[in-house]
Amino acid sequence: MPETRLPIAVIGGGMAGMTAALEAAEAGAQVVLIEREPALGGRVAQLARYFPKLCPPSCGLEINFRRIKQNPRIRILTRARVEDITAQPGGYRLTVLVEPRYVNQACTACGKCVEVCPAEVPDPWNYGLSKRRAVYLPYPAAFPFQFVIDRSACLSGCRACQDACPYGAIELTEQPKQEVIEAAAVIVATGWSPYDASRLTHLGFGRFPDVITNAMMERLAAPDGPTGGRIVRPSDGKEPRSVVFVQCAGSRDENHLPYCSSVCCAASLKQATYVREQCPDAEVTIFYIDIRTPGRLEDFYQQVLNGDRIRLIKGKVAKVERSAETGRLVAVAEDALSGRKLTVEADLIVLATGIVPNSQDLPPVLARDPFGFLAIPPSEKGIYVAGCVRRPEEVAATVQDATGAALRAYQCLVRSLAHA
Amino acid sequence: MPEGLGVYICSGCGIGEAVDTQALANSARSKAVSVQLHPYLCGPEGRKLIENDLAATNGGPKVNRVVIAACSPRFKTDVFRYPGVVVERVNLREHVAWAQKAGDEDTLAMARDYLAIGIVKAQKALVPAPQKAEISKKILVVGGGLAGLTAALEAARAGYEVLLVEKEAQLGGFLAKTRKRLTFQPPYEQLADGGLGDKIQQVLYHPRIKVLVAARIRRISGQPGQFDVEVETPEGRVSDRIGAIVLATGWKPYDASKLGHLGYGSSPDVITNVQLEQMAANGGVRRPSNNQPPRDVVFIQCAGSRDPQHLPYCSSVCCLVTLKQIQYVREASPEARVYVIYKDMRAPAQYERLYRRLQDHPLNFFAKGEVTGVEPNGNGKLRVRVENSLLGPTAVIEADLVVLATGMVPNSADGPAIRALRDAMIAAEKAESEAQRFEAIRRVEELRHHEGTEILNLDYRQGPDLPVLRHGFPDSHFICFPYETRRTAIYAAGTVRAPMEGVRAEEDAAGAAMKAIQAVEMAVRGEAVHPRSGDISVPEFALQRCTQCKRCTEECPFGALNEDEKGTPLYQMFRCRRCGICMGACPERIINFPDYSVDMIASAIKAIEVPDSFQEDKFRLLVFMCENDAYPALDIVGYQRMAYSPFVRVIPVRCLGSVNMVWVREAMNCGIDGVLMVGCKYGENYQCHYATGSELANTRLANMREALQRMQIEPERLRLVQLSIDEYHKLPQVLNEFAEYVAQLGMNPMREFL
Repeated sequence: MPETRLPIAVIGGGMAGMTAALEAAEAGAQVVLIEREPALGGRVAQLARYFPKLCPPSCGLEINFRRIKQNPRIRILTRARVEDITAQPGGYRLTVLVEPRYVNQACTACGKCVEVCPAEVPDPWNYGLSKRRAVYLPYPAAFPFQFVIDRSACLSGCRACQDACPYGAIELTEQPKQEVIEAAAVIVATGWSPYDASRLTHLGFGRFPDVITNAMMERLAAPDGPTGGRIVRPSDGKEPRSVVFVQCAGSRDENHLPYCSSVCCAASLKQATYVREQCPDAEVTIFYIDIRTPGRLEDFYQQVLNGDRIRLIKGKVAKVERSAETGRLVAVAEDALSGRKLTVEADLIVLATGIVPNSQDLPPVLARDPFGFLAIPPSEKGIYVAGCVRRPEEVAATVQDATGAALRAYQCLVRSLAHA
Repeated sequence: MPEGLGVYICSGCGIGEAVDTQALANSARSKAVSVQLHPYLCGPEGRKLIENDLAATNGGPKVNRVVIAACSPRFKTDVFRYPGVVVERVNLREHVAWAQKAGDEDTLAMARDYLAIGIVKAQKALVPAPQKAEISKKILVVGGGLAGLTAALEAARAGYEVLLVEKEAQLGGFLAKTRKRLTFQPPYEQLADGGLGDKIQQVLYHPRIKVLVAARIRRISGQPGQFDVEVETPEGRVSDRIGAIVLATGWKPYDASKLGHLGYGSSPDVITNVQLEQMAANGGVRRPSNNQPPRDVVFIQCAGSRDPQHLPYCSSVCCLVTLKQIQYVREASPEARVYVIYKDMRAPAQYERLYRRLQDHPLNFFAKGEVTGVEPNGNGKLRVRVENSLLGPTAVIEADLVVLATGMVPNSADGPAIRALRDAMIAAEKAESEAQRFEAIRRVEELRHHEGTEILNLDYRQGPDLPVLRHGFPDSHFICFPYETRRTAIYAAGTVRAPMEGVRAEEDAAGAAMKAIQAVEMAVRGEAVHPRSGDISVPEFALQRCTQCKRCTEECPFGALNEDEKGTPLYQMFRCRRCGICMGACPERIINFPDYSVDMIASAIKAIEVPDSFQEDKFRLLVFMCENDAYPALDIVGYQRMAYSPFVRVIPVRCLGSVNMVWVREAMNCGIDGVLMVGCKYGENYQCHYATGSELANTRLANMREALQRMQIEPERLRLVQLSIDEYHKLPQVLNEFAEYVAQLGMNPMREFL
């Protein structure tokens, strides 16, 4: 394919966005990849393992980062947000706000800045389970491998990092920049966020430190996480002897998320294997409405189910309390088959919270469904959506989806060439 | 002095504090025309040093090979990019300065060895020349159902010629015969009209799509960009040259005659969901026994699916299909009671809305349970026995129509199994003993069901079709790379790849079409596809020295090597992924890349300075690391400032499978005390990006251990460790343990002879 005038703009640098960018660029298209965070990788970079292979997401990320590094057709903007999209002849015009990183490309990631940084804040990367400095590397295998400063965390007037940096890479007065990008097509792949568990107080979140979300569980299991990969109770750092998973914590619920988040069943089965591996004596109980493991995930389901000390109970957890007698957490549920009330004591309760599309900050011109997922009408020829901002789905499906979106965007390039 | 080598050493990021960079520079002077030191090599001034030497603007000798001794080659790639020049990166930062004791003599020795290795590699490397060839960009789509039609249309809309081959006389596949289809539009509760009329018309009248119906593929020979396909049609044989292939052969319903336990065959009123669909499309739902609208309908989910006796997997669509078909029943009999007996209702994502709407209907009953019997009750109805449901321990439903939600079986062929069958047949014929013949015949019987199943008829040594992953689906093994395939430029899409509903199949087909287009475009540029995307290096085969041992042809995971009658490899560059597994396999060392060769690494090993036999407490351990996972993991070890034995010398390799055992032997001959290979996990859930590389390495290493034993060297000096990229925290221990183990063995006896 001949080199084209206009690039494809890809919004979001997680699995879907990276894939869309790479697949189009390797076919010959120019691509601008626009990422909100300081590093690519998105939500999967926070996961310990994938189901059903139980392999690390960083393995595939590394390959994708290498593909990006060697591909001159991909341009990356980090800390960048698309504020407006307008149609124009031959494509779209995107107004992008690039937030300052306060660390420029001279950074070598030598780490001198972190050594002197006096400010510590709860680390959102670990959902507050640990702390980080105001200047930080997003994660150990991050791409770009470059530090960033959270200015809201800086102590007033402090410039310790700037003084310590041997390479003049720190610019504490950097200002936001606006950039206009003209693109032949747009792929929106802004991904998802975990459902806000603070709305699930009936399930104990926020009231008991040992009630955590599945997203936090991934960080506990991750080698680069707050516990170095150890599954422990946040309250006292002890190994749990009984773990309860609460499926559909917010999902399939008219008061919260009225759709199914698709991945939480397989995710909890996967997390049960973390418990199994580290705390072989722990009892695992999974409360569910339906176990949804389509296709060959069924093999994985059966494999986990065949393990010891794991039981699945069809029933919705009504509330989580602390037992007055034992002081332990208690999940109160109804067994849907017998209709009986059940209570299970637990040291750690994992809420399988669902997927909320990251569509709030996108320009209003992009149509949403009633749940906030993007639903661009098929008549719009030039804007395509991929991944979890369109529909809750697992990683492999996201990547397929993004590859298909890359083709639709690529068709726009071919069309615009034909008309040029 | 080799002409044109420039060595650039950075002393920034702690390198200068860890090692005496001046001493390091001195160690390189005899081998290079220019050796430069800089405290910030990736900065503008440092880069200028290199650029000036490359352009020879300062009157010095012109540099055309560059060794950059600084940070890991994974970083600052955009800064140190010099097209057309050999660039070798020496990792002094992550692997030396950040992981070793500053100022220690062992640390300096390590840095010196790494620099020496880098210099040898740069001297031995050639800049690969891009390979140009005549490439057909036409896409072959096999299968004219929803996925095939979509792939064809999408590729054509991107400007590519398409040849669509359908085995039936009409296009459309299964979905052409449906009454309604699921859609994925808000509010996600509505159905669209069935049939594929529009799509079929668009395909038939598209100027870039040629359609062959009632057609079968007789043969596909050649390689991506240059496949020659022969198709047999009622009008005669059609030949064409194509570039890439989308396999979209779809599915067939599970054979309901095997579902006697669910009443199939016992009454005309026990039907499958496929029969119900046809009935709905042809006038409406009626009881087959009396042609009356049904009043009590039971849908039995997972009829054959999620059942180890039948289909062990979930067919993914049957729950949604039932939700659709309940509405057909409702159209025919608004007052009918509909029961759905399920294991789990699977209506993912926004399809939950459809499920919820149907749940809200007062005459629809959904219950988890197990159907233990379906039989005629003697007065024209059917008795459905349900156990362990919320209807009670045992419940009986009197139904007048029972619908079995049967699942999907892929229309696939297992290429390697077909090849194994052919081999076994030949072996049975040529057996030299009764025992051999008996074994071969047993094998033939075991594989007999693959006979005549060929679809693509690929002319590949590894068999005529894609390998299947599980349960007959030629799916990808990789979660991050669902289109990864072991046959370059051939991509499965739709229900042949995995069970999926129509909306998904369309998206999947678009993705597969993208990959097919990308494969031909990369072939035009002479580039490898994923995972070494963009690599233009191509191995050379010095065939005059080939002994026809067939190791390379058998072990290539991608079928890139065919064989002639004698067993000489016939290399097909556009099938090749450049992993180097063939290079690792070749006992004659005749397979080499311009920038990665047996001689290059063997020479690099020789450049490692082995302590003489008087330094009994110093050891040298050669570590081959997979560049995709283990090597980045060691970078993270450095970033985390975790320390490990200063005696290790790491050489990154494209895949452990590319390690030629000559290197191990060379290391032993040079007095290296131990060789460790660190690569990806193998086995069922393998993580090797080239499927079999690390496992092959393990087998080869086992053979090498035996060879060492014959040389009176302890075989334990060779070890292979499987490591995931996220297990970086285990890596220092892996290295230290091996170092301690080798220390207990003592130094390599070969060191006495150095």
